Amino acid sequence: MPVETVEAEDVRAGEFAGSAVKRREDPHLLTGEARYTDDVQYPRMAHLALLGSQYGHAEIGAIDTSAAEESEGVLAVYTHEDLTESGIDGTMPAADPENGVAVERPLLARERVRYQGQPVAAVVAEGRYDAFRALDLIEVEYDRLEAAPELEDALAEGAPRLHDAAEGNVCFESETGDEEATEEAFSDADHTVALTVANNRVIPTAMEPRAAVARYRKSEDALIVELSSQNPHSVQDRLSDVLDVPEHRVTVRVPDVGGGFGAKLQPYSGHLLSAWCAMALERPIKWQARRTDDFQSMVHARHQETEIEAALSAEGDLLGLRGHIDADLGGYATGGGVGIPQGTAAMLCGQYDVPAGHVSVRGVFTNTAPISAYRGAGRPEAAYVIERLGSACARELEIDPAEFRRRNFIPSKEFPVETALGRSYDSGDYEKTLDRALEIVGYDGFRQRQEAAREEEKYLGIGFSSYVEVCGGSSGDMEGGLVRMNPEGGVVVGTGTQDTGQGHATSFAQVVADELGVDYDAVEVIEGDTDRVPEGGGTAGSRSLPMGGGALREAAGRLVEKGRTIAAHQLEASEADIEFDDGEFRVRGVPDRTVTIEAVAEAAYSPGDLPEGVDAGMEETAFFTPEGSTAPFGTHVAIVEVDPDTGELGFERYVAVDDVGTQINPKLVEGQIKGGIAQGIGQAVYEEGRYDENANLATGSLQDYAMPKSWQLPEVDWESTETPSPNNPLGAKGVGEAGTIAAMPAVVNAAIDALSPFGVDDLDAPLSEETLWRAARGETR
Amino acid sequence: MYPPAFDYLRAESVEEALDLLSDTEDAELLAGGHSLLPTIKSGLADPGTLIDVGGIDDLSGVETTEEGVWIGATTTYADALKSETLAERAPAVADAIGEIGDVQVRNRGTVGGNVAHADPASDLPGPLLAADATVHVRGADGERSIPIDDYFLAMYATAIEEGEIVTGIEIPACEGSGAYVKKTSPSSGYAVVGVGVRLAVSGGEIESARVGANGAFGYGRRLGPVEEFLAGETIDGGDVAAEAGERATADVEEWELIEDIDTSSEFRGRLLEAYAERAVDRALDRAG
Repeated sequence: MPVETVEAEDVRAGEFAGSAVKRREDPHLLTGEARYTDDVQYPRMAHLALLGSQYGHAEIGAIDTSAAEESEGVLAVYTHEDLTESGIDGTMPAADPENGVAVERPLLARERVRYQGQPVAAVVAEGRYDAFRALDLIEVEYDRLEAAPELEDALAEGAPRLHDAAEGNVCFESETGDEEATEEAFSDADHTVALTVANNRVIPTAMEPRAAVARYRKSEDALIVELSSQNPHSVQDRLSDVLDVPEHRVTVRVPDVGGGFGAKLQPYSGHLLSAWCAMALERPIKWQARRTDDFQSMVHARHQETEIEAALSAEGDLLGLRGHIDADLGGYATGGGVGIPQGTAAMLCGQYDVPAGHVSVRGVFTNTAPISAYRGAGRPEAAYVIERLGSACARELEIDPAEFRRRNFIPSKEFPVETALGRSYDSGDYEKTLDRALEIVGYDGFRQRQEAAREEEKYLGIGFSSYVEVCGGSSGDMEGGLVRMNPEGGVVVGTGTQDTGQGHATSFAQVVADELGVDYDAVEVIEGDTDRVPEGGGTAGSRSLPMGGGALREAAGRLVEKGRTIAAHQLEASEADIEFDDGEFRVRGVPDRTVTIEAVAEAAYSPGDLPEGVDAGMEETAFFTPEGSTAPFGTHVAIVEVDPDTGELGFERYVAVDDVGTQINPKLVEGQIKGGIAQGIGQAVYEEGRYDENANLATGSLQDYAMPKSWQLPEVDWESTETPSPNNPLGAKGVGEAGTIAAMPAVVNAAIDALSPFGVDDLDAPLSEETLWRAARGETR
Repeated sequence: MYPPAFDYLRAESVEEALDLLSDTEDAELLAGGHSLLPTIKSGLADPGTLIDVGGIDDLSGVETTEEGVWIGATTTYADALKSETLAERAPAVADAIGEIGDVQVRNRGTVGGNVAHADPASDLPGPLLAADATVHVRGADGERSIPIDDYFLAMYATAIEEGEIVTGIEIPACEGSGAYVKKTSPSSGYAVVGVGVRLAVSGGEIESARVGANGAFGYGRRLGPVEEFLAGETIDGGDVAAEAGERATADVEEWELIEDIDTSSEFRGRLLEAYAERAVDRALDRAG
């Protein structure tokens, strides 16, 4: 049953955290009050548009901008040369992998283009239509080169080389685990099961495409950039770096954001050039990407091809795991592109107790849009591989797939653990989520039902995904949290995370209201303004609640301590005798000697009322670093029916039991899980970014790229367990990505199970009708 | 996704629209704008002038006629769906209109615009062929009517001539049963295949059948072998639908079937058979 929401006024003070308080963001978003970047207007604002490369791989000769410059309303047309002439180097910071090569990432193409849509030139014009009209008038001399859109093309002998520095188009190689111990495990094994698994390329498609509005105040040498982003502080840093402006002169503000999903972590050419143009022209500049611009030149995600093999005992115990990942980086390496597949390698033990493992990774350049983070960033890829392998092992050894998983789970008493591939899991109880999922789905009777249905030529299949992921920041990560109580008792809190739809204002207010014992409505949450919130790391890797919530809780705790000192002075008691509960400071054992935190705050701003040595003000900033990462987990089970005559797949049931640690707001958790599942099912059934052999993007619009719609998705039966994380004060593990990580293997495993009477033991996503129809006929497309 | 500049003219009457059309070079007619505008925005058309006929009252509305039902050219899909007459007298067409796009599209898009645009993957060609519709057009030389069998010529090409405007579609009442089903493209929502069926039924027997498909071919096309098989079958005769479906590709060469990045022509043929079966099945259900 869906979680019932409650009104904040019906929740007792001190019990906001854990209550399904209604999202306070919704009235604003649903009544049209929301203000996205494209709603931001300034007098004299001009419009920036970018010309994307027509081809996926070409040398660039002369660029003739004269006709565009003369077009109506055009203020300027720029190419790479204009950027370097202005004194900047015209590149974005490049990934510099260990055991690999760094390649330059130009803001506007220099000499060569390596993916279709790569920005080649920029137009600034009075009106948006003027700018787009002028784009068509720019003449670029392309000398086309043979393209390598697929990993196979790029790794082939004699493949076209994308970057001089990258021999064989390999950017980097890495490995994790213990090769020797793994080989030993394989030589001792009774069985081995090997599988090739492809993670299909997906294209992050937020409702709001990328956008920025930049202003420059010359007299103050100050740059103010408003943009749709997940990480204002890193954008500030990047702007400062790329444009050579001191960071303290750069302000980044984030209006309402219509989704990010990882693709809006980094600023792109359009964002950075808006700022450069604002400085060059001394006018406000707006860049609003079109949907097709986002398809072609925002990051893509996931594409990896993995060889994986398990070593097993006769009884079905996992003894070892070895594998190799070829990771597609696209035409240029982003930090995410390099980091994500290495994260995948480290996550490949999944929920299982694997004594020995070794996985190597090779990052490969192809003539496609750069790959980076998308909801889950590395963990969905890993969960898909290990959960496909788990089901394959069970099939091969004729063990029930649920039983195979249970048999190999890391026992709950063993946490915290470090896996053979080098990941630490903080806490877990994997059997509990599996058991509950089996119970809800009615697994006991399923196989008989499946058998009976097959006799009537109905092909049901069940698929399991017992997933674990690692998120929630790390011991090398920090987040700032500011908590200020004003003299009249109102509370303003700020953190460097960034809401892009999650409901941060609701959940952070719940956390702080409880900590200070104040009313939920008294707490105002600020994000998305580098002038107003402390330094932080934005929203990625399900870190906002564990990190931002952790920081706010710590800052609020310090505020209470300061309040205790002031209260002791006011109540003429010793600090050690002051208790704090429900927003009141009390002298222990003297129930009528109390002072509210609001009264303490008022006193805090009247220096005459303060004890000696106490500074005025009621404001604390904490920079929080957790003990370590968190590891959400759970089991998802899908039951599907596949019609072998048409390849049509229908969902009969989708059950999810997730453990994301302590929940601050169960309704927000439910929403995150269900939205995440939609994206996982998208990759499993509908979505694939495809290029043709000339590296033209064939799925460059929503006409061709199948983002799932509500009618294409199942109802989800959702339940949860709560195993707190020991690594942060909230016990929260983070929930932004769990659903996406879990969903794909459950669905693909279910389809394989459904078609097993036809001899199907392998399928590649997305599970289009034609893919399933051909598989049932023993063919591949 | 931003259209180039164009002029915009609004016609208050069919006469005025015809005058504007003959006086203006490089003009296109605009009604709901749900075929033309996306085409312009994706760079596939660049007309100098749009003549808006969407406000001409005479062209809008569904009317019951002696023989059947009349759908004015600028009737929106949503308005057409409100007509009980249409559902009764042209069930396949009503089914199909309900399958077009989504609520927003149905609120703006028009039946006449759809027919004039003749997108092969639209939902109307198949059921209009099945319904034995007549397309009425008006030009400088007056009115003429085009039987639907002579109407669809090729992809986006119809028997409408230069300077003519579609005024409406007339559909003879279905004395029996009909249905339309489609395989919806998961991305665009257009028909991967769609099949419309109309059965003339008397005393439990199918006297004649018309079956039309869209999405499968370059243009709307009837499925002759299915029609021939159905004539003379009984509505509760065992495997009628399955046997009808099997015949959907009987006179079709594989090259005639559309192939795109999602669906091979071979598989499209399979879907055509399956959806022909489902359309017949639904029509039989309704006849019973």
